[in-house]
Amino acid sequence: MCVVRLRGPLKQLAGGEADHPVDGATVVEVLRELERSRPALDGWILDERGLIRRHINVFVNGEQEREDSQVGPDDRIDILPAISGG
Amino acid sequence: MTELLVGTKKGLFVLEGEPGSEFEVKARAFAGMPVEYAMRDPRSGRLMASVTNAFHGPKIFYTDDPNGEWEQAQGVALPEGGDEALERIWTIVAGEDEQTVYAGGDPGVLFESRDGGLSWELNRALWEHPTRPDWTPGGGGLCLHSIVPWPGDPDKLTLGLSAVGIWLTDDGGKSWRNGNGGISPRYLPDDAPADTIQLCIHNVHRAPKQPERLFMQFHGGVYRSDDAGENWTSIADGLPSDFGFPLVVDPDDPDSAFVIPLVADMDRVTPDGCVRVYETRDAGASWTPRGDGLPSEHAYLTVLRQAFGRAGGGDQLELYFGATSGDVFGSGDAGATWFSAASHLPPVFSVRTSA
Repeated sequence: MCVVRLRGPLKQLAGGEADHPVDGATVVEVLRELERSRPALDGWILDERGLIRRHINVFVNGEQEREDSQVGPDDRIDILPAISGG
Repeated sequence: MTELLVGTKKGLFVLEGEPGSEFEVKARAFAGMPVEYAMRDPRSGRLMASVTNAFHGPKIFYTDDPNGEWEQAQGVALPEGGDEALERIWTIVAGEDEQTVYAGGDPGVLFESRDGGLSWELNRALWEHPTRPDWTPGGGGLCLHSIVPWPGDPDKLTLGLSAVGIWLTDDGGKSWRNGNGGISPRYLPDDAPADTIQLCIHNVHRAPKQPERLFMQFHGGVYRSDDAGENWTSIADGLPSDFGFPLVVDPDDPDSAFVIPLVADMDRVTPDGCVRVYETRDAGASWTPRGDGLPSEHAYLTVLRQAFGRAGGGDQLELYFGATSGDVFGSGDAGATWFSAASHLPPVFSVRTSA
């Protein structure tokens, strides 16, 4: 089971906890399970297509990854807003 | 006291004041987030806001107190596993049933709430319309921005979409048909099919006391329909430009409409640096500029499609519009004179009153 680390509004929506142990073999599986098990997060990280939202970055052990990247039981997944805006 | 709900690029501002003087900021919500649209449902008093969170996607939130907690409404999403994602909610409109609220969004979608805005469902008939594969977005996306109920008849609804024309239902949204007769798009070749739906509607409003009458601001054109949106007649003669975004009607006068012309699609600012609202009181036969109190020199404002609202009607008609400059102007006498209601706000996306 990897650990998903949340910050900012995502952490608030997840009950104030930063770290969340979640099952899954790929990034998208983990994120889908995270949103399913914490319904307040539903749609905040993944869009309806199952893609990571455009301005969200996902890092696995410090390396930026995409939806189909493999994850292992000891991995840490950080979810961060991208450097964007205006 | 008038309450203004001003959606901006950097949050929702709730203003209060009396016509004639600067309004006070009573609340700011969703700081830093684009708020496309906000309205207060006159039946419940509930505030609803469309927030296009740049990071986490479009949501609708609701509250009874804009300075208190906002709750996220449920169901504002497209079906999972498809090829499209919801981009934005452009408008929220109270329906004719006691608890019905509608929301329109990009990509050309209608949501319906039967519990006063707490939970929502996608209108499947429009989502699955057989013409949808041919729908073409405009520069602002495939936006369903105008939802026009028929007073007293919840089965009838008119929609305006950019850029797929006018859509009509007489069965409460179970089926939809076009109502585009007479609309003439200059941005298509002369030999484009007469039944094209590639029509960039900018705004539609109904005259509530004569509901078969509608007024429309088009992407190059101002039109009136006297047959409930089936056919349209140009009423742009007399305007300095037929390009613009918002439109308002006086609910007490079916012959009235107000528009804010911009130069053209290639130059979306007020003509000649002069801010004017144009009023018709004869259903579009003639137009009169209203600008007493509005900037008349070196004022190149852009007024977006939802940034023109009203309160009351007849002699009590109040008009308010905001610009991407962050200015909000108001009139307490149906446009005869104008005052500055707010300035130095972030770029204004929408202006609605609570009336």
